[in-house]
Amino acid sequence: MIEVKDLYFKYPSGVEALKGISLTISNGDFVAVMGQNGAGKTTLVKHFNGLLKPTKGDVLIDGVNTRSTSIAKLARNVGFVFQNPDHQLFCETVEEEVAFALRNFGFEKDVISKRVTWALNLLNLTQYRETSPFMLSGGERKRVALASVLAWDPKIVILDEPTIGQDHQQKEKLRQFIIQLREQKKTIVIVTHDVEFVAECNPHVVLMADGKIVAHGNADRILTDPSLVAKASIVPPQISQIFMRLADFGLPMNVIDVYEARKILVDFLEGSL
Amino acid sequence: MSVFDGLKFRRVSSPIHRLDPRVKFFYVCILFVIAVMFNQLLPLIILFIIQIPFVLIAGVRREWIRSMKGAAFLASIIFLFNFVFNYIYQVPYIGYPPPLDLIEYSFAMTFRFIVLVESFSMFFLTTSPDLLGLALEQSHVPYDFCFAFTTAVRFVPVLAEEAQTIMDAQKSRGLELEKGNFLKRIRNYIPILIPLIVSAIRRSLELAEAMESRAWGASEKRTNLYVLKLRRYDVVLIAIAVGMLVFAVYVWFFVKNIPLLTTLIPL
Repeated sequence: MIEVKDLYFKYPSGVEALKGISLTISNGDFVAVMGQNGAGKTTLVKHFNGLLKPTKGDVLIDGVNTRSTSIAKLARNVGFVFQNPDHQLFCETVEEEVAFALRNFGFEKDVISKRVTWALNLLNLTQYRETSPFMLSGGERKRVALASVLAWDPKIVILDEPTIGQDHQQKEKLRQFIIQLREQKKTIVIVTHDVEFVAECNPHVVLMADGKIVAHGNADRILTDPSLVAKASIVPPQISQIFMRLADFGLPMNVIDVYEARKILVDFLEGSL
Repeated sequence: MSVFDGLKFRRVSSPIHRLDPRVKFFYVCILFVIAVMFNQLLPLIILFIIQIPFVLIAGVRREWIRSMKGAAFLASIIFLFNFVFNYIYQVPYIGYPPPLDLIEYSFAMTFRFIVLVESFSMFFLTTSPDLLGLALEQSHVPYDFCFAFTTAVRFVPVLAEEAQTIMDAQKSRGLELEKGNFLKRIRNYIPILIPLIVSAIRRSLELAEAMESRAWGASEKRTNLYVLKLRRYDVVLIAIAVGMLVFAVYVWFFVKNIPLLTTLIPL
């Protein structure tokens, strides 16, 4: 469980990035943090594993205050996958890369090899075990980064901009993967701009603007509220844009799911025939 | 990293920022020469104080203090080395306890370093990389060198930011930089250096391609939108710099004994 209590954060440069954030993310929740550039999304999630410490207020992870714990200890429970895999890959082989964190956390040798095999298998990377991560494609590198975090089986997984630079097929795989992680009762936090991806996943949305949370709720409510999306400078998903323009026909406005939209439209058309 | 904060340019306007970079560089060089001419504490402290009004006029006090703080660690090492080695070297002649002038000499060496850092930090804090490149170019340095130089300067903050992100990413994977003995600590930095170097190389290749696609080197004779011209303030600064140099040379030749602070201030 992540508890954020009246969190303020000021960078050394003097920029106040977070201004009084309060938020609770329960175990097993799936949360998307959204908002425009500079809204404070990444700054907020960097508090979840102690990379940043609050200027004022507190962040508790399973009741432990991040101020009084090391990043390494917090990271054991909170896996953080960075946006750009090139910022973390450095080993000679994919296998080494995935084992790196396990070694840091002091796992036994045989446990490490088991975990590596498991993580590579999970992300479909087994064939690249002995390959240099620098030889892989962008999408594959991203998967290696993901595997290297999931390998230690953290309870909370944070994904910073997981869909950037991914083609649709990869995004779909990522979505399936998140569903799989949810079945394992993991808490998942994603930071993203990708409204279409959020619309497909339908998580809780934490909408941020200018260092504050402007709204918090289900994606189908937040992303279809014209005033909220305008406040956070994001564009509603295309499905909901269509439904907003069809409001005159008495259709509901809070639709973001393609299958649901199809059903409503089919019912409407059959009703009007 | 805070030493580098003192070299980071921020786009603000002040009389110091508007000075011709060539003149500013000339001034810094004069300070440099004077600082190396003297190894007594008094002139070096004066050199240090002379620059404070410049810092205040330029409105870079905070950044300047930060770079001074960053230099403090190196400065204390310089003090220690000067003191310890000079003392060990001279101990057969002077015995115990160490005389005050040895302490003063070590302080002077420290201040020389601080003055050098101070003046360079002032220069880089108040000169935009663009102007710097322009100054080099109009001093007839080949354009290739100018470009390489300005690019290098411009990418320092970018690389620093990238290094921070990489550190965050590796710390998130349980890397503890401060753990282990000295050798282990150095090895801890491998996971940071490799991604940093790889991305720097990748970035330089991308930059090269972007330059090629914008017709780098297509014309032999480049012209500039902006041309540097000396203005009144620039002439004033040149006068100040030359005046300081003349005075320093005079003192160096004709004032045989620069008073020690320890004799000026009775303890």
